[in-house]
Formats: sequence, structure tokens, C-alpha cells
Amino acid sequence: MGALPIVEHPAAAAKFVANRERMAWHDKALWFVREKRDRMAHSLPEWEWLRETASAIKQHTIAALPEYLEQFEAAATRQGAHVHWAADAEEHNRIVLRILEEHQVRRVVKSKSMLTEECHLNPFLERHGIEVVDTDLGERIVQLRHERPSHIVLPAIHIKKEEVGDTFHEHLGTEAGAADPQYLTEAARGHLRDKFLAADAGITGVNFGIAETGGIVVCTNEGNADLGTSLPPLHIACMGIEKLIPRARDLGVFTRLLARSATGQPITTYTSHFHGPLRESDGPEGSGRTSGELHIVLVDNGRTRIRDSQEFRPALGCIRCGACMNTCPVYRRSGGHSYNAVVPGPIGSVLSPAADPAAHQSLPSACSLCGSCTDVCPVRIPLHHQLLAWRRELASRRLLPASKRWAMDAASQLMRHPRLFAAAGWLGRQALRITPRFLVYNRLNTWGRRRELPEPPRESFREWWKQNRESQSHD
Amino acid sequence: MRVGLFVPCYIDQFYPDVAVATVEVLERFGVEVDFPTSQTCCGQPMANTGCAEAARPLALRAAEIFAPYTHVVCPSGSCTSMVRNHYDAYFSDEEDDHGLRSKTFELCEFLHDVLRVESIGGSFPHRVGLHQSCHGLRELRLGWSSETMTARDDKVSRLLRTIEGLELVPLKRPDECCGFGGTFAVQEADVSAAMGCDRIEDHLQAGAEVIVAGDMSCLMHMQGLLRRNRQPLQVMHVAQVLAGRPLPSDRRGAIREREVAAEEVAANLRPAAPPSRTPRRETAESLEATKLQGDV
Repeated sequence: MGALPIVEHPAAAAKFVANRERMAWHDKALWFVREKRDRMAHSLPEWEWLRETASAIKQHTIAALPEYLEQFEAAATRQGAHVHWAADAEEHNRIVLRILEEHQVRRVVKSKSMLTEECHLNPFLERHGIEVVDTDLGERIVQLRHERPSHIVLPAIHIKKEEVGDTFHEHLGTEAGAADPQYLTEAARGHLRDKFLAADAGITGVNFGIAETGGIVVCTNEGNADLGTSLPPLHIACMGIEKLIPRARDLGVFTRLLARSATGQPITTYTSHFHGPLRESDGPEGSGRTSGELHIVLVDNGRTRIRDSQEFRPALGCIRCGACMNTCPVYRRSGGHSYNAVVPGPIGSVLSPAADPAAHQSLPSACSLCGSCTDVCPVRIPLHHQLLAWRRELASRRLLPASKRWAMDAASQLMRHPRLFAAAGWLGRQALRITPRFLVYNRLNTWGRRRELPEPPRESFREWWKQNRESQSHD
Repeated sequence: MRVGLFVPCYIDQFYPDVAVATVEVLERFGVEVDFPTSQTCCGQPMANTGCAEAARPLALRAAEIFAPYTHVVCPSGSCTSMVRNHYDAYFSDEEDDHGLRSKTFELCEFLHDVLRVESIGGSFPHRVGLHQSCHGLRELRLGWSSETMTARDDKVSRLLRTIEGLELVPLKRPDECCGFGGTFAVQEADVSAAMGCDRIEDHLQAGAEVIVAGDMSCLMHMQGLLRRNRQPLQVMHVAQVLAGRPLPSDRRGAIREREVAAEEVAANLRPAAPPSRTPRRETAESLEATKLQGDV
């Protein structure tokens, strides 16, 4: 797939909105998740305290990131893991390929990892003759359809079960027209079981890396990360450098927030802890000898640049729960693909322009600034303020469409002159009163395509004030 | 107490009755109101587009214009938040905002927090759908947003509940955005309209006769959709309800203040108020709701 062509959000969103029935279905599916999240959050009296604590831990860790990274590397190495450092996506992909080639790996099972999506690892490995199978059910559906995830937690949320049935019929040989979720899930389970058994290596993402212990934590609902790392002897964990937390005792704050925010569960079904590579048996009677290898690839890929920015640094606290997508009224009605970015929705609209501001200039404006994302975010990233800050940033880099800039400059000039403003307002209102409807609602009137304009009153408030109050005014 | 009235530019030009109602409410509670006529716009459209250089001179102007007042009151949560929360970006440490950021209040907030109004009085025997404008709710914290778990007073509904006969109807999504969003309404017109239509449906299914909000911009957007789609629902700014305006019976809505005034006169001549309409619509909602879970 590689680099994506530049498509502006409004055009892509318009296509999604045009299918009203599907849009409503998509909106309701995600609102259902948002409401589940609300109920779960309500069940914890300390919810807001958890959010504050999580935010403070993340801010602290990001501030002292170099120290914590070194601490993590040392501890993970002591545990028997191999730690690699990648400055960007390309280096990450080369490191992963080199490890796989050293072990003569032909078949890889991968559990969900937004980082490997970000690095476009799958197509890279496939070009080098390695089969990569995504083992998260939603990701597998998307992979079979040659699509991209439309959501970071629910990658196939845009696909209806009937469409999944068609895809599985084509690729997995399920019955034509079958759309029963239970039946389809069992078919996928059988299909994936074969892939797990045949795999030479497992790749996972990382939800949390613990600096103190050198351990990594992976959260899934399907247990696919456990299976993918327990059966093959080689485990490669790909981890963004911002995933660190200082101590094991900090973990509880995040696991309590993550699943509740993401899907409205009290905790993910599987919370897998990896401290060093696979051992023959960790029990009292086992030898404890390592029987596999664990490689941890630490990836920067633009994160240091975000860390250097005073304005956007808080965005590195993101724990990829997807709650901002579920709550975003624009995301729910425009679909994840309309963002044309690896991470869609509010947090994606903050992170994507940092990677490529010109390609993603329309994203910070794909937002009504309602602030719901800011209030829902479990680590309290001020998302809508960050989107607004991006608009300023894009304007200062001259990446805003010229039409917008000129219009705002002109409006600013007008508003600096109250008499001119009053006269222009009067003229506008009179013109609107006498102009025939077909001229007012012309093609350039974007407001009027779906809405009536306000009915212009005869007099403005300032005129009313002059007639009714100004004579009584003191100055 | 003498306050400076801060009237959003579009209210000045298109919804003058909202500002008149604001003056009336404030005067009713003993406030002396002044409207400095050199005011125009707070700069929010420019600021929200990212054009800081275009917004800055307007912020500096506003600070000068409202310098003589101890309190500034504005019938808009959004414009109030622009001043209180976003003007920081436009004033350097040396530049004086004459306290504007901390002395500017949204109308309901001013009545509730500063004047400590206990009861509005009057009567409005109608089913009201309260639209919580996002900036009033999440930036001024006039109420309790559904995402947060911290209990807060809802200042707007608390005032409205003191009006006799006024019934607030329960919405399925109590504080979802209507999709106005300033230039968003034009730039992302399709999503914006879809959001507005969904909001309207929620008010209709709840049996509201009128959508009431603290921001006329949200209402302008929804009114535009209501009229285009010929739906039987009115919109009113909260100031108009607080000032005792009757529910506009005209399909065209609250802005035709002359006709409203004429109706007021007629209503006084009539022996009793005409029966109010209670539009109810069965919607095809939640047909899919149960099917959704299996699709992930």
C-alpha cells in the first residue's frame, strides 16, 4: 500500500455521508461502544482521579524519556531480551526483516499493532517473500479484503457482517450468504489455528513497556498475542518509544483505563506480560532455560519531533484506546477511511499532520471543536485544543488554502471598522431580502445546499439600541 | 451594577431579538446595561480557522472597548469561551486585556453565578429540548458533560426549570454536537448537515416543541435544516425564553420578531392562549441497534 494519495477529508466524508443508511448504522455502532464506556467509567468513583494520574505519569515519563528508555533497555536485556533501536519506519522494517531472515522465517503471525501499520511492515515483508497473517479477527477481515483498518481498536467496524460473510466465502470457503457472527468467527478461528501452528515467528505490538522491570505488556481480547508468541520460538515486539511507564505499580492505572475507555470492558480478556523470552517452564519444577528469543524493537519515527514541540507533546501520552473515535461525531459519520491516515479520528488528526503536514492539512479542520474527545480521553490529552493549535500551525506555515486566508483577512479588516461593519451588515440584509431565491441559493452557497439562510431582520440590534436605549445612555 | 453587553456579530445582524431579550432580562434583575457600539466581532471565526494574525487585532480591540466595565455579559457560550479561554494566545505579557478574560460571562452563567438569581418567573407551558452548546458545556462548564464523571450543576436548565409550565424533555444523546462548528458548517457541509439532522431527530422523538440553546449559531444551523426539511419544530435562544417571549407559532421561527410582537398584541386581545401543538413523530430508530454487536 505504501504512501497514500492525498484526499481531502471533506470529499472523502461526503461519499460516506451519501449512504445515509450505512452512515446511521456506523454512527450507532460506535455510539453503542461510547455508551458502554460511559457505564463502565461511572462504575468507578475514582475515574477522574485515574485520568489525572495517568496523565501525570505519562507527562513525567515523556519528560524523562531518555533516562527511562535506557533503564528499560538495561532491564529488558537482563531479562534475556534483545533490544533494537529504530530511528524511523524504514529502519524498523529492516531490523525486523533481518531478524526474520537470520531465523529463516517464511511465515509470521502478527497480533494487532498500530506501529507496524504506521511503518507499513506487512507489504514490506511480503515483498521479501515472507507471509504475514494478521491474527486479530478484525484485522484479518481487513487484510483479506485488501483494505486498511478504519479504527485502531475496531479495525473492521466499517464492514457489515454480510460483507464479512462474502469475504470469508471467497477466502475461507464458508457457505455463500452465511452471515451469522458465531459461524463466521468459528470459521476464522479454524483458519487462524492452522496459521498459528505453521508460523515460524510471532510479531506483536506493545501496549506498555515497564522501565523498571524491562517487561512488556500486550492487551488483547482474543488471546492471539499469547498464541502467536507461545507456539513459534521467535517473538518480535514492535514498540513506539512513548509506550513506556516507569514502574510495574503504575500499570494498574492504565489497564483500568484502557479497556473501559476502548470497549467498555472492565479489563481486556487477555493482559499478557512478557519478561524476557519464552522459557521451558517458569514453574518451580521447570529448568527455566530459555527456549526462544524475544526481540524488542524501539521505534522513534517522528516521536522525538513531537516530544520537542511544547504544543503537541501531550499527544505522546496516547494509549491508543480509540475512545476519541467512538465519541467523535464527525468520525462516526464520516468513517475511519475518510481520514486517509493510519490513525484516524481526533488523535489521528493531531498525529498525522506531525508526520506530513501538507498531506494531512484538511484533518485538523475535520472537527467541529465540540471537545467531546478532550473530555473522554483517559490520559487527558487536550485533543480539540491541539486540533485548533494545528490550524494555527498550518496557517503560519502557509499550508491553509488561500481562499480561507483571504476571506479571514478581509473579514478581520471589516471588523476593525464598526461603521463599515454596520453598513455591510445593512447592505447584506437588504440584498438578501430582495434577491430572488434561485440567485441566493446558487452553487457557491455551500451553506444553502442543505440549509435555509436566516431570515434577515429589518433592523440590526445596534439600530434598535440607538432608537431605544442610546438616548438614556450615560456616555 | 453596570455591565457591558457583548453581542456576537451575527446576533447583532441576524437575530437582534436575542440581544433585545438579553437586555430585558438583565434589566429585569436590576442591571444597568450598556452596549458600546464600537464593538464588532470577537475574532472567533478567524481564530478557529487558524488565522491568528487576523484574529489578534480584534481581540486587542475588544479589550479596549470593554475596559470601562467591571462585568461583560454575552448571550453566547462560544463567544464567551473565545474571550475567556482562547484570548491568551493573542495577548503578550505586556499587553493589558483590562481583565476582559476574567470579567466576561455567558448570560446564564452571569445570572446564576454573579446575580445568584433563584427564580426567573413567568410561564412557558411547553415541552423544551435543551441543546447544550458544546463550548458552553465543555469549555465554560455551564453543565455536566456526559463524558466526565464529575457531578456539576447545570446552570442553564436550573434557570429554565424555575419557569412555570416549562418541561425539559429527555434526549437520547443529551450533549452531542449539532455540527455547526463555525466554518466547519461550510467546509464539511455534508457531515455538518448530517449531524444537525440527527440532533433534530433526537429532539423530535423526545416530543419537544422547541429547541432552546445558549448559542444562536447552533440554532441558526438547526433552524436552517428544519426549514429546509419542513419539520415542525421551533428554535429559541435561552435569552428569549428567560425574557418571557412566547413560542413562535410561525413555521419560520423566532427571528421574525415583528410578527412575534404582533402575535403578542393579538394574544392579549384573545380571551385565552391558543392550544399549543405537540408534535410527535415515530422514528425508525434503533431498528439496527440490536444487530450491531456482532459485526466487529
